Amino acid sequence: MSMNNEFKPKIVAFCCNWCSYAGADLAGSSRLQYPADVKIIRVPCSCRVNPMFILRAFEKGADGVIMCGCHPGDCHYSTGNYYARRRMTLLFSMLEYLGIENGRTRVEWVSAAEGVKFSTTMNEFVDKIRSLGENVRLGDLRCKD
Amino acid sequence: MQRLIDRAKELLASGEVARVLGWKKGDLGFNPEPSYFETAESLDNDFVYDGFCGANLSKYMIEASKKDGKTLVFLKPCDTYSFNQLIKEHRVDREKAYIIGVGCKGKLDIEAIKAMGVKGILEVSGADINSDCETLTVKTLYGDKEVSYNDAMLERCHVCKGKEHQICDEVMLDSRDTKDAERFAEIEKIEAMSPMEKFEFFKKELSKCIRCNACRNVCPACSCRKCVFDSNKFDEATKANVDSFEEKMFHIIRAFHVAGRCTDCGECSRVCPQGIPLHLFNRKFIKDIDTFYGEFQAGEDSETKGPLTAFTFDDVEPSIVTERG
Ligand code: SF4
Ligand code: SF4
Ligand code: SF4
Ligand code: FES
Repeated sequence: MSMNNEFKPKIVAFCCNWCSYAGADLAGSSRLQYPADVKIIRVPCSCRVNPMFILRAFEKGADGVIMCGCHPGDCHYSTGNYYARRRMTLLFSMLEYLGIENGRTRVEWVSAAEGVKFSTTMNEFVDKIRSLGENVRLGDLRCKD
Repeated sequence: MQRLIDRAKELLASGEVARVLGWKKGDLGFNPEPSYFETAESLDNDFVYDGFCGANLSKYMIEASKKDGKTLVFLKPCDTYSFNQLIKEHRVDREKAYIIGVGCKGKLDIEAIKAMGVKGILEVSGADINSDCETLTVKTLYGDKEVSYNDAMLERCHVCKGKEHQICDEVMLDSRDTKDAERFAEIEKIEAMSPMEKFEFFKKELSKCIRCNACRNVCPACSCRKCVFDSNKFDEATKANVDSFEEKMFHIIRAFHVAGRCTDCGECSRVCPQGIPLHLFNRKFIKDIDTFYGEFQAGEDSETKGPLTAFTFDDVEPSIVTERG
């Protein structure tokens, strides 16, 4: 595992505009640290995250994908995250069934006030992906340039 | 079979229906195909209903619902689940269908017979719906062979949901119990594999895929007017296999799009020219839905909300998956 030393995981974080993206903002303005390897993609609501987005992120080289939304009950569109929760549960279970390590995906509910939670979640997730290493099982199949 | 023809002729003659949707003889004795019949003559000449009529006619009712008058359609027990699901999705018009639920003694898979090493098949007898469906006599270029009817059945018939029609106007012909396996047994076997074994298993299966789209086209749940896989913004729309991750993407998304709506009718696995067991994907979603959100059988009725268009406040969190094992 010598490559772990130099391994810089690529992480994609889908964050809903109303809570989690604001949470990330707060983490930034409070000068809380989270690794620069996390690339945030802002979505209007967690419910906007089509399963294809997750797969595309992996296809394009992500080693881990995390989705963040408002806490259940707090979705700006009332119920979006309830639907997203079911979808992600099923999708992640399918990925595991196909032999993809189940720690490569995660869902976390982060409110606009939870800058600290945002930063600890991201740190934890990056550590997890570091321990899993490069995304070989999805990665060995993708066209690398 | 003659009884079906006579009944269809009766309904045509009385004007109750304008056409009949059934199966017509193929160019071989074991490859009938879906067809419309508009006259008594064509029914007499071409109509067939035997062990090889696996094709589920419910999806054709989308088209038939747009035609004038009623269409008489023959549906096997499993096909009626698809029809209910299509009603739920407002894709077929119940008023435009006259449904005769036909009995079923299990449908046959010519590929299963070939896989037994039977070559040069000319004719298969014993597949008649009125026979006892125990033994098939296969006439080949190299002489006659006998095979057990059950061994030659489609995978889905071994795990048949039962012989009760979920929706129909009348029932004709007898059925036979064919269930001799558990629906989720194969899924559980895969779930018990190590991640690497799972990965290798699916890689081997999916690398056979030629992206012919037959599994999508035949599927009664895949009835979107514009399919995501036909979009030219989707760069794998019609591309052949160049990179097996794309195949995986196609398969996950195809199965995901029918999750909660797939009735497990078995058509996708039946038509795949590469013999890919597509039911392993659909049934994984069905099994997970049952476990996480309570047992659900799509197509049992035409009103209940599907599990992906519903939720409860205390649904399990995705961490139930990402933190296990
Ligand atoms: S699944 Fe059941 S009803 Fe459907 S074709 Fe097979 S035996 Fe007949
Ligand atoms: S029918 Fe079989 S070969 Fe064709 S696209 Fe579907 S899985 Fe691939
Ligand atoms: S995915 Fe397959 S089993 Fe499910 S409804 Fe479609 S054709 Fe039938
Ligand atoms: S708006 Fe944040 S999850 Fe819906």
